[in-house]
Amino acid sequence: MTLRIVPLYPELLSIYADRGNVRVLEQRARWRGIPVEVSPLPLGADLDPAAADAILIGGGQDRDQALVAEALLAQTPALRSAIADGVPVLAVCGGYQLLGHGYVDQGGQRTPGSGLVDLETQAGPDRLIGNVLVEVDLDGHRERMVGFENHAGRTTLGSGVEPLGRVLAGAGNDGVSGHEGCRVGRVIGTYVHGPLLPKNPWLADLVLGWACERRGLDGALEPLDDRLESVAADAAAAIALAERR
Amino acid sequence: MPGHVLLRLAPEALGELAGGLPDGTALISATNGKTTTAAMLATIVGGDRAVCRNVGGANLVSGVASALVARPPDAAVGVLEVDEAALPAVARAVAPRVVALGNLFRDQLDRHGELEMVADRWRRMVDGLPAATTLVLGADDPVVDALGDGRDLVVRYGIDDPAVARPTRDDAADSTHCVRCGAPYAYRAVYLGHLGDYACPQGDHARGGLDFAARDVRMDGVAGTAFRLDAPDGAHELRLPLPGLYNVENALAAIATAHVLGVPVARAVERLGGFTAAFGRFERLQVDGREAVLLLFKNPTGANEALRAIAGDLADSRVVLALNDRIADGRDVSWIWDIDLEGALDAAAGVVCTGTRAADLAVRLRYADLVADRIDIRTPPEAAFDAAVRDAPPGGRVYVLATYTAMLDLHRVLAERGLTRSFWEEAR
Ligand SMILES: [Zn+2]
Repeated sequence: MTLRIVPLYPELLSIYADRGNVRVLEQRARWRGIPVEVSPLPLGADLDPAAADAILIGGGQDRDQALVAEALLAQTPALRSAIADGVPVLAVCGGYQLLGHGYVDQGGQRTPGSGLVDLETQAGPDRLIGNVLVEVDLDGHRERMVGFENHAGRTTLGSGVEPLGRVLAGAGNDGVSGHEGCRVGRVIGTYVHGPLLPKNPWLADLVLGWACERRGLDGALEPLDDRLESVAADAAAAIALAERR
Repeated sequence: MPGHVLLRLAPEALGELAGGLPDGTALISATNGKTTTAAMLATIVGGDRAVCRNVGGANLVSGVASALVARPPDAAVGVLEVDEAALPAVARAVAPRVVALGNLFRDQLDRHGELEMVADRWRRMVDGLPAATTLVLGADDPVVDALGDGRDLVVRYGIDDPAVARPTRDDAADSTHCVRCGAPYAYRAVYLGHLGDYACPQGDHARGGLDFAARDVRMDGVAGTAFRLDAPDGAHELRLPLPGLYNVENALAAIATAHVLGVPVARAVERLGGFTAAFGRFERLQVDGREAVLLLFKNPTGANEALRAIAGDLADSRVVLALNDRIADGRDVSWIWDIDLEGALDAAAGVVCTGTRAADLAVRLRYADLVADRIDIRTPPEAAFDAAVRDAPPGGRVYVLATYTAMLDLHRVLAERGLTRSFWEEAR
């Protein structure tokens, strides 16, 4: 029973060190003795929903976004079936935008997205860049999410979609709503990179636990020694608060 | 008058000042290596002429203006290192005799924007250059190589020795798709990042012919590198007291640019033999019977190359990694996850992390499977440095890899202790 982590199009979608997220999931499984393998989906290949236990979608250069959107659109039915089957999806930055119905750029040109989540993104006049601190309510307990954002898009969630968290420092989805990211079942979207998972191990384990359940393994993960991660997250949170806009 | 005041009062003054240099001006830009290349070029042309150059990382428009204002009265030639984003404005203003463009890597996305945006600005900049300006291009970088299209005065340099090629491309490699059709390049050899000997499978772009080529490259760890330089006037043997393929690229750029400025290749080769490192670029100093080697790092490709250069000389050594997140370092520290750290420091006896983001480094090392009891966190940088020196055996080495402002902080303390020249003295 090997856990399969599938990053989509890593050759195009890893501008903000998204491979770090993959590495963290892989290592946290391995350290617990869970057999794991990373099987990236190359551009042009078809996603086999049965062969994925966690799907990661990273961010790319703006110029590659249309290319990626087209490829992803073709995989939407497979993604939909994987999600229905309990496969977690973690989408960051450009990947987050692709979860939605579409992206309208500065010139008014619209690139359609996968429509997996009811959200819509429109380019703003400037880029939202800086450290982020987000408060996340996770099934009854509160977690802190830290990282860095760098995006021109302003993302609006559909009425039925919950944000992942509330922004304490930084811009989040649009710089005005106070919302950051989205969460629908096991689908998580966010603008936070850094990359995301190293300083937010609780989120890594949430995704990993879901992946284990989906593979029929016990989803209760034994705790790891995350003291270094805590120190790093404390430092990042302090910096984000100090430069709060 | 400070450069930025002058610019506001008289923007055309830059061109007039540069026009006063009888042998013209060379502009040097690249993501990686521009400071070392400019220092090498200044060493070469400085052998027989007074040089106007900017130092201390002052490579924005204001820094260039300040250098031109404060140039030596007898200055004959300008050697100006220019920030990638500032280059179009500077090139427009000074009508350079030669523009040397080395490479483009992803670097500090929060500050520079994406690589393709910088590349587009360079393309427009080249279109606006006077026909008399010579381009010196790092042909190993496909994006830079293609900048020579349609221009008459182009000199290309590159490495041509499959024996020193990497078996595979780094994960962090950037420009790996054809500039014309978008197909992935086929590489005959990869030297660093996406630099190498590439060709589009559709046949519409391949590395241009090399006017200056490094062949038969021999790497000797941190001691340096030797290679045969095939130049338009024949072959030369070069022994460079700096390690790593990066510095081979830098030396090629400096020699080719000096050649355009009228320095015979043999003379350039001879003058480079005694070159000493610029600030934090393989600077070496003696501390309590140990040798410290200072290396700047600022982006994944540069860091990978620095790690490769020291890989064979790590046994028993201590390593200090210093990561700051100030504006000059890049506020976004994500890029440390694009460094191939897996296994890279296993041979070292210990690693000390420091800087404003020391813990980010420690987490990165943890996920690279470096054993936790070999990772230490200490701030400020000089405390980390002192601990590493103390722990290193007599005669052993301490390697310091630091981002720009972390290196500045450490350098200041080391200069106060009389261990190294101060950064500003280097400006003389
Ligand atoms: Zn092509």
